[in-house]
Amino acid sequence: MHTALLLEMAAGAFPDRAALGARAAPVAFAELQARARGGAAWLAAQGEGSIVWLGLNGPTLPVALFASGVLGRPFAPLNYRLPDDDLRRLAARTAPSVAIADDDMLARISDIPGVVAIARSAFDAACLDPANREQEPEFVDPDIAVLLFTSGTTGEPKAAVLRHRHLASYVISTVEFMDADDDEAALVSVPPYHIAGVSAVLTSIYGGRRLVHLAAFTPEDWVAAAAGEEITHAMLVPTMLGRVLDVLEARGECLPHLRSLSYGGGRMPAAVIERALKLLPQVNFVNAYGLTETSSTISVLGPDDHRAAIASDDPDVRRRLGSVGRVLPGLELEIRGPSGEVMPTGSAGEVYVRGEQVAGEYLGKSLLDADGWFPTNDQGWLDGEGFLFVEGRLDDVIVRGGENISPGEIEDVLRAHPQVADVAVVGAPDDQWGERVAAFVVTRGEAPTADELSAWVKARLRSTKTPETYDFRAELPYNETGKLLRRVLKQELAAKTAA
Amino acid sequence: MDLKPGSRWKSAVCDTEVVLVRPPSAPASLECGGQPMLAHASQRVADAAISPDHAAGSLLGKRYVDEEAGLEALCSKPGAGSLSLDGRPLTMKEAKKLPASD
Repeated sequence: MHTALLLEMAAGAFPDRAALGARAAPVAFAELQARARGGAAWLAAQGEGSIVWLGLNGPTLPVALFASGVLGRPFAPLNYRLPDDDLRRLAARTAPSVAIADDDMLARISDIPGVVAIARSAFDAACLDPANREQEPEFVDPDIAVLLFTSGTTGEPKAAVLRHRHLASYVISTVEFMDADDDEAALVSVPPYHIAGVSAVLTSIYGGRRLVHLAAFTPEDWVAAAAGEEITHAMLVPTMLGRVLDVLEARGECLPHLRSLSYGGGRMPAAVIERALKLLPQVNFVNAYGLTETSSTISVLGPDDHRAAIASDDPDVRRRLGSVGRVLPGLELEIRGPSGEVMPTGSAGEVYVRGEQVAGEYLGKSLLDADGWFPTNDQGWLDGEGFLFVEGRLDDVIVRGGENISPGEIEDVLRAHPQVADVAVVGAPDDQWGERVAAFVVTRGEAPTADELSAWVKARLRSTKTPETYDFRAELPYNETGKLLRRVLKQELAAKTAA
Repeated sequence: MDLKPGSRWKSAVCDTEVVLVRPPSAPASLECGGQPMLAHASQRVADAAISPDHAAGSLLGKRYVDEEAGLEALCSKPGAGSLSLDGRPLTMKEAKKLPASD
């Protein structure tokens, strides 16, 4: 099924309802549909192949996404933060393609063989031109909806393939058509090249929730937009939420319109979510876990789960505040051990998922097994009630003398120390043990000593999990979507060992 | 009738349109208002009428299923006829109560 049909249904049933943009001057569903069709007709005349997006968030983004869908061509958003050389190499891989670039980014992507670069302003004008809008789109049987490039921290970025059927299945199985109240508005602040940036467009349109884009995230702009646009729903990655809370606290702002805040895309420190629950008592919190390859969310910890966990004295219920909730209906999830055996409740292994929204594919290579299961490369375990706990990437697991140690567990313990502001735990090469546990720590207030931190960990975890070295840092390396760059730290340690 | 996923169908007797989400396990006839549905691109013929047994209507954005054959269809345009598979009325899938996550 075609993602363009989602917009067609919304525009057919609610032509005048606000689809996107500012509260004062929204774009209605019928207008969004007309722009997408006009844009599609014009793009078809510019060149063949994928439609590349190089730019900030904004109201043109959903138009371009749906225009690509109407044409039946893949939409490929690129990371504008990449250095020029990397960006141009990636853009060259999309050829043949038509690239829509922010006017001030156009030069960065010009003169690449097979890539027709056009300015966003020219595309915007074409979407409004009656000559383009009058053209009846040809029916196409679409296939690939979106190509998303991975961040490529381990080599050349890979292009994850999301077909129309995966995305459409995700939308219709998780969102009730036009079920949002008239006053609902969603604020999107993750960048366009992030899966949540793509899925937010589709689910908001289908659900009838006005879509507001923040051009690029800063906590101050986010709070200003949330207040000014009377935002009711938003999604943030954990590092963004922490910074938003700082601004809210400093300004005494309580965002009375905000009803639902979902977070995902990384491990949420318990201290941050507990603070958020206190600062925004009227807000429903949702922890969502998903991957690019699964068309976004596959499990959610809902508002009631949050409240039950925080109110409980039972440690098993309480700890669910750190879980990613239960798998969505219609999806299957298993934890598997090293030889592919299904692990019992409470035992960690690799998270496998199967279902219609699960693409599990890179250009030229499917990762699905013969039965359609997708190995997520995440380590996790399920509790007795089916709540999933994700411990991190399998590649990040530290193997010390044959024992598998999950860095996330040690980081959680250290982060709970009052003088630890941030922490990363990685495996360092070790002649005797294969790997040893190494911690990178950002302190606050009076800096604790390595011995104090070791005593803190030893009191809470098995002694083999106590870090053997500590590096004290002013800050840790993150990418712009809040993912900790563990490999940067590992490389530093490896270089040190080699020297 | 090639009921493949993503294929679009329209009623022969009312405004109803559907898109197929999940195909039936064996060849079957998808009907609306008691009449076999038509491929989306084909023309309606004027002389057929809605059967009174299949006149409960279809609702936009609702998913309809036939448990026996495993078929699921999404109503993309509502109409006065109701949906059936080989004469068995399709049932409307319950609305899901999932919190917004993106």
